[in-house]
Amino acid sequence: MSKLEVNGLQAGYGGIHAVKGIDLHVEPGELVALIGSNGAGKTTTLKTLAGLLNPSAGQLLFDGKSLHAVAAHQRVAMGIALVPEGRGVFARLSVAENLLMGAYSRCDQAQINEDLARMYALFPRLVERREQLAGTLSGGEQQMLAMARALMSRPRLLMLDEPSMGLAPLMVKKIFATIREVAAQGMSILLVEQNARLALQVASRGYVMESGAITLSGSSAELLGSDAVQRAYLGG
Amino acid sequence: MDIFLQQIINGLVQGSVYALVALGYTMVYGILGLINFAHGEVVMAGAMLALSALTALISWGVAPLLALPVSLILAMAGCMLLGFGIERIAYRPLRHAPRLAPLITAIGVSIVLQNLAMMIWGRDYHAFPQLIKNQPHYVGGAIINDIQIIIVIMAVVIMAGLMIVVHRTSLGRAMRAVAENQHAAQLMGVDVNRVISITFMLGSALAAVAGLMVSANYGLAHYYMGFLLGLKAFTAAVLGGIGNLRGAMLGGLLLGLIESLGAGYIGPLTNGFMGSQYQDVFAFFVLIAVLVFRPSGLLGERLAERA
Repeated sequence: MSKLEVNGLQAGYGGIHAVKGIDLHVEPGELVALIGSNGAGKTTTLKTLAGLLNPSAGQLLFDGKSLHAVAAHQRVAMGIALVPEGRGVFARLSVAENLLMGAYSRCDQAQINEDLARMYALFPRLVERREQLAGTLSGGEQQMLAMARALMSRPRLLMLDEPSMGLAPLMVKKIFATIREVAAQGMSILLVEQNARLALQVASRGYVMESGAITLSGSSAELLGSDAVQRAYLGG
Repeated sequence: MDIFLQQIINGLVQGSVYALVALGYTMVYGILGLINFAHGEVVMAGAMLALSALTALISWGVAPLLALPVSLILAMAGCMLLGFGIERIAYRPLRHAPRLAPLITAIGVSIVLQNLAMMIWGRDYHAFPQLIKNQPHYVGGAIINDIQIIIVIMAVVIMAGLMIVVHRTSLGRAMRAVAENQHAAQLMGVDVNRVISITFMLGSALAAVAGLMVSANYGLAHYYMGFLLGLKAFTAAVLGGIGNLRGAMLGGLLLGLIESLGAGYIGPLTNGFMGSQYQDVFAFFVLIAVLVFRPSGLLGERLAERA
């Protein structure tokens, strides 16, 4: 199974350190939340894990193998998938083509077709929009598409960056129900969210990130009950 | 002789060549936002390579009908290598540089290639060997010859093939994905550098075909032939909407027709004051008109959406 281990990770843009030496781990089949306010370094952390940014220091291990010098496109084949902030669907490709892009690094045509059918079952809304350009979908539908597309690579670690952002409450509910469903099938998930309550309700553990460092970690129940989290993120 | 029909035929032939070259400009622009001004020189290299291969093969006694496709394939391979090298050496190091840097580099590459070609093939015009009979056919008062028929048919087949690759294959999907969002494409497992290299190579292969067509049609090849041809094909790509494949094909054909009809009628219209030597003026008149009145081209999107 797949396990993610991050030790002393530092990363940033140019000379600015957005992530200042963090440790975290995701056990096989675990759903872990990374919460924190805007600009805390959560997205930078995910981008570095996906290989879009090079870390300036620290160690990334996936299944015990170092991710150092593994390019972003190779990490997909290893089983790491990221649903990026803002979804990043290909607006000028159809819904079906977007899903096929998710399976780009696979060549088992029969199983790809099987997975396509599974995605359409998981997100029935996408079936009717199959031939439509992805740019014509609503924000919520695009989020579904982005998740389905990431799942098409058969990841063993799924990373989600702000899946609730900009969505209507009803759609957020749907998206999180799906996250639960996928987690129940045994996938390791690292979930980044500003909506701390929502994230901790589905996650088993969580980390709190503040200005590039992890300030608090523990089980979801502990974090939900902690005064610091209550005050800073849950508006209580 | 029917001048109108004749000019339409000439325009379609020339337009097919422009379309093939314009596709190379537009594919690279679509994926990198870069105008590869060295592309005209790749067309020239294609013509020169084909010509050299052809001359060598004929002198070894290879049958013309076999020598022609073999030299075409050799020229395509040579140009693909050239396109690959240009991207790798000149453009990739400047991928994240300000936009002016690769543009100036493109002009530099173009000059380097012209001079290299001049050193290899000399300053003289090279005659294209007469290989096939090039039978003229009379259609409703106009003439079309075998080479012209082959040019149009090949162009149509190649363009259809390219559309199938781009719209129906996994590679084409990856190309369109990279054109739209390189980061997201990487997250799908696409090796962006590889896709960009392939795009350059595909465009260069089309350029090689176009180079052979031009030199076969006019019976000449020259180290400087890529310059004007490249500029006109760029005009065709802008006319159709740069970055848009269908636009490049439409723009190429339209530009060929405009040029040919313009050259055919400018004499009678100005009472003989201006002649068909003003043919080149039309292409650039079109370029200026498009840039002034419809900068996004016929099939292009508004530029703001691309940036």
